[in-house]
Amino acid sequence: MIPASFDYVRPTSVAEAVQALADGGDDAKILAGGQSFIPVLRLRMGDPSLVVDLGGIAELRGVREEGDKIVVGAMTTHHDVTRDDLLNQHVKLISEATKTVADFQVRHRGTLGGALAHADPAGDLAAPTLALDAEFVIAGPDGERTVASADFFEDYFTTAIGPQEILTAIRFPKYTGWGARYEKFNRVAQAWSIVAVAATVKVEGGTITDARIGLTNMAGTPVRARGVESALVGQTMSEETVRAAAQAAAEGTSPTSDADAGSDYREHLAKVLTGRAVLAAAG
Amino acid sequence: MARIRTTVDGLVYEDDVEPRMLLVQYLRERLGKTGTVIGCDTSNCGACTVHLDGLSVKSCSVLAVQANGSEVLTVEGLERDGQLHPVQQAFHDNHALQCGYCTPGMIMQSIDLLGDNPDPTEQEVREGIEGNLCRCTGYQNIVRAVQDAAQKMKPGASASQPATSSVAGGGA
Repeated sequence: MIPASFDYVRPTSVAEAVQALADGGDDAKILAGGQSFIPVLRLRMGDPSLVVDLGGIAELRGVREEGDKIVVGAMTTHHDVTRDDLLNQHVKLISEATKTVADFQVRHRGTLGGALAHADPAGDLAAPTLALDAEFVIAGPDGERTVASADFFEDYFTTAIGPQEILTAIRFPKYTGWGARYEKFNRVAQAWSIVAVAATVKVEGGTITDARIGLTNMAGTPVRARGVESALVGQTMSEETVRAAAQAAAEGTSPTSDADAGSDYREHLAKVLTGRAVLAAAG
Repeated sequence: MARIRTTVDGLVYEDDVEPRMLLVQYLRERLGKTGTVIGCDTSNCGACTVHLDGLSVKSCSVLAVQANGSEVLTVEGLERDGQLHPVQQAFHDNHALQCGYCTPGMIMQSIDLLGDNPDPTEQEVREGIEGNLCRCTGYQNIVRAVQDAAQKMKPGASASQPATSSVAGGGA
């Protein structure tokens, strides 16, 4: 279908974009990479009066090192994330997860910030940001604020970003030398995750000294598998240890039942995939 | 209405478009470039794949206004002096199509893939075209065609095409 009519602006700075959103009122929407939003418009599930395209704002693109953090501009495409040396070296989990998003064409256009702001529970990038304790930089009429990943995802398709605010960057602590794996289960190529597990672990001298695990599509928001993390830390690395720890993966989750999987099957998948993800990350 | 200026298959176009106009609509309905087809209209099938500034995109998921100032390459811009692009020729030689509807998108995505990875394994070809659906062939001959094209496009191979410029996604 052809989208309903809307007005369109393409600001060249974050300040202009914030102003455009304020001027546009309640029905103004932000266009990032458009790989979820344009389908929403085409299906007429959304009918904004104004679309504010962030594609012309150079300051929102790119990856940089700021002290002990790696900062990714919200409009950095998935394609650029997967090829970025800083991320591959220091935040490998986000690189690994991003490689599994949709397909090449979508990764050429889709952006990290857009995917996170869309907050689809089956989207692949929220769980890694939660596991990695990322921070979200948000600009609005009152200036800039930072939200921790634990507070960013509020519900299905709902984040801490206010109606007049824009996600401008995602800040990651460095996990240099950690192993990482995003283990995704879906029925066919390019389908959404039925369940996926984002795991990054630090192994020193055969001992797991730290572990971060996030679950995709096990609730309306990503879930941190803290029970598994604490069961792993301090243990000698072995398949048996990992499989045993992974049994805690479904604790605190509330997975949905749908045509792809019942909630009990999702709980089963979370345990199996957590085991696989941690073993691959540690290997 | 918004004024846009794009280079499509090597020619510059200037038009007023509604912001809601999709790039694929612009290509087909304004420029008459019906070689780029609309398959699913839900971003799944990849039949509408074109190159935008050298990268493959689904043109049903890009607004025409977003292409302002950009270079677009469609399947219609591939041939040179009446000669098919090596990937087009390989699709022909390997019978890599049955109904042919997915073919324009398959070819554009395959060219993008080979620009990135000039000698892909079978698995890499399958992953490279995962955003393109074919409901007839079972993909076997498509994968063969892409690998055949890769061999013929190697430096020193006998393909008589200026393949490198097209592989890089240049509009002309």
